[in-house]
Amino acid sequence: MRMTTSDEDLALAAAGGDRAAFAALLDRHYDRLFAFCFRLTGARAEAEDLTQDICAALPAKLASYQRRAKVTTWLYKVAVNAAHDRRRRRATYAKATTGWGDWEVNRTAANADRSRAVDWLTMAMNELPEDLRDTLALVLDDMTHAQAAEVLDVSEGTISWRISEAKKRLRAIKEMEDAG
Amino acid sequence: MTDDLDDLRALMNDATPRPDAQRRTENLMLAAENFDAHQGSRIAPRPTSRNIFSGVKNMLNAMTTKGGLTATTALVAVGFLFVTPQGQDLWQGAPASLTEERVPIVDKAIEEAPGNFAEDLLRTDREVASEVVADEADASLAPELMEAPVVVVDSVAAAPVQPLTQSSDVAGLSVSESVTPQAQTRTRAQGGTTLTFVDPADAIRPTESNTEAFPEAAPNPLKITAETPVSTFSIDVDTASYSVVRSSLMRGQLPPKDAVRVEELINYFPYDYPAPDAGEAPFRPSVSTMTTPWNPDTQLVHIALQGQMPAVETRPPLNLVFLIDTSGSMNDPVKLPLLRQSFMLMLDQLRPEDQVAIVSYAGAAGEVLAPTPASDRTAITNALNALGAGGSTNGVGGLEQAYQVADAMAEDGEVSRVILATDGDFNVGISDPDALKDFIADKRVTGTYLSVLGFGRGNLDDATMQALAQNGNGTAAYIDTLSEAQKVLVDQLTGSLFTIAADVKIQVEWNPAQIAEYRLIGYETRSLRREDFNNDKVDAGELGAGHSVTAIYEVTPTGSPAQLSDPLRYAAEETSSSSDEWGFLKLRYKAPGEDTSQLLTTPITAADAGSEAHFAAAIAGFGQLLRGDTYLGDWSYDDAIALANGARGTDLFGYRTEAVQLMRLANSLSQ
Repeated sequence: MRMTTSDEDLALAAAGGDRAAFAALLDRHYDRLFAFCFRLTGARAEAEDLTQDICAALPAKLASYQRRAKVTTWLYKVAVNAAHDRRRRRATYAKATTGWGDWEVNRTAANADRSRAVDWLTMAMNELPEDLRDTLALVLDDMTHAQAAEVLDVSEGTISWRISEAKKRLRAIKEMEDAG
Repeated sequence: MTDDLDDLRALMNDATPRPDAQRRTENLMLAAENFDAHQGSRIAPRPTSRNIFSGVKNMLNAMTTKGGLTATTALVAVGFLFVTPQGQDLWQGAPASLTEERVPIVDKAIEEAPGNFAEDLLRTDREVASEVVADEADASLAPELMEAPVVVVDSVAAAPVQPLTQSSDVAGLSVSESVTPQAQTRTRAQGGTTLTFVDPADAIRPTESNTEAFPEAAPNPLKITAETPVSTFSIDVDTASYSVVRSSLMRGQLPPKDAVRVEELINYFPYDYPAPDAGEAPFRPSVSTMTTPWNPDTQLVHIALQGQMPAVETRPPLNLVFLIDTSGSMNDPVKLPLLRQSFMLMLDQLRPEDQVAIVSYAGAAGEVLAPTPASDRTAITNALNALGAGGSTNGVGGLEQAYQVADAMAEDGEVSRVILATDGDFNVGISDPDALKDFIADKRVTGTYLSVLGFGRGNLDDATMQALAQNGNGTAAYIDTLSEAQKVLVDQLTGSLFTIAADVKIQVEWNPAQIAEYRLIGYETRSLRREDFNNDKVDAGELGAGHSVTAIYEVTPTGSPAQLSDPLRYAAEETSSSSDEWGFLKLRYKAPGEDTSQLLTTPITAADAGSEAHFAAAIAGFGQLLRGDTYLGDWSYDDAIALANGARGTDLFGYRTEAVQLMRLANSLSQ
């Protein structure tokens, strides 16, 4: 029966302690969540780990779910926060060891044998500042600017500005590459 | 490229990998573990604010085109909350400091209740799940209730009683008042059990919700012949409703109103109707009339179809695919173990050339038993015994796989059927209800039919079972005891598995010169549009070998004092038909595998009904009493018992005797 229950009802049932509802909800959204994590992180392994973080933390976050919110919006909010936490942890770790820059260079080099377009995209996404990347990840996931604004807790205008800014930077990166 | 977001999106979509399946499983398990751990760490169980019935409602709206199912707009899911002993233990764990805040369910009567029935309740109510009233009004209360701490004072624990919450608008139960200071609480002592009813506003939401779903359908209304002379419906050979009613009554509750489908109650019983002769249509209709037991001024028109019983020896080989739900919730004595025993019973009925395959759709996924000749009993038995309930649904297309297996087994002249056995978890791999319906309907066209067997209560999704079986040309039965398994899978196996007439539709045109008003009893979920009768594309019910189908109309002859509607002052003169026929019965059916329907007609005239029809009438009355329908006047369970007792007939299998027992139980419970 669960297959036809709305996300929102499932989330409420889950918040109320319904194990099966929680499982059904997560099962339903896992793939999309993973895709979003990939957009946020730009690497498969990272995306897997981030998804795991979210899965582990989700039960505790259920209490924060409010009926009026769409489940996807709420879920993406949790995901964005988890991604931020992860970046913070990783940044600290990276500084303590080899430093962010080296880490990024190594990682990019390891990806060199991947298809050129994907490689470029991953690289470009990674070069974007975090807020632009998060925004782009949401909008590329077919979210409207309004929904993205709700997830990131900023105004819709900010989203639109960030998107145009992200496009500008991507174009710049592309031109630089083409020139070089 | 970069200034076009769509290009970027496409690129990104290409770049996005599929999640690793193993990590996915691990992560989902991790989440489930944390979920459980998180539940345990809470101070008190959180009340569920709203269960998933609204989703069920959406599904119902989506899954049927038949008007009856969607007739009501408000969702009325009515039932009881049982607080299990386990639940009470949980509640006792709440810190004492909370207990001053709210004392909702406690009642003097609980403290005074005799305690000697406690053991029985402990035994029987283990799996009695709670049902939650979740109508729209309750939903609006939900946010406030969400945060309210759930509290029970010690006296509840001292008296091992099952408190029940129930919305005050539930019909069918009379209660005696005894108001307490804390809450408007009414109690009823019955057979040693004390039930507590709490007004919804005062009720604390239960911590566990029952997810049973029944199709909601208002009883068929009275129709005025002059306005709508034609009544059209599909036959219904399901029996699930009767078993659900029985299982409710046997555990001391009146069944939820929507669980009672009168026509399924009537059609549960085998009747001794005249069978068709060889060379005739595959079934024979017969019409008889009698004075309505609950209204001397109206008549019952009893329409019976008796299917022929083909020679069992010459039946074609069977290909059966058992699609078995092995999700964790099936781990219950009346679910998986009963299912196992039931299928073992059925094996004895199969012949060496029949084949059996087993597909499970949760936990351990996939084909559990490759197609195996029914003679290889050991292999089948071992496979059944190896089925273990556990794990969550893994999302593999269990249903698709079952059909694939069935397709692979099918050979010319053989009969293939998928038998889905579940306790209500229909997470079978296709998540969109319309897609699911279409999928099953598609498979129906290819010749593989679907039957649904329901097990256990608490999660039972009667509505979906109905919808699936209807679309799959199969029957829905609910197995609550081994003797029910015996009836469905042994005594009536041939009828369940071999269809003799497909898409059987019934249309009655009433003669306004003779009949002023009429009312079809039951068949609410089976009504068809008038034009659907001649449309062979419109699906309807299947008649199994040897099965019989009964439909009963209550009709008011013109000029009868029982006529409820006044004649219109300005309407055109009544029809001048001089025929003394009451009406005209038309039946359409297709021979199995054919696309064109055939027509059978017979006029309806007064003809004295025999004892078989009287028994059917008693059951019809019983069902309407359970539903709380308004047409019965002061006709009571006692009258139903008397009528049924007088028409028990030979009753070879004891089904009718059991029905009388159930009437007596319902009579006591409704006092």
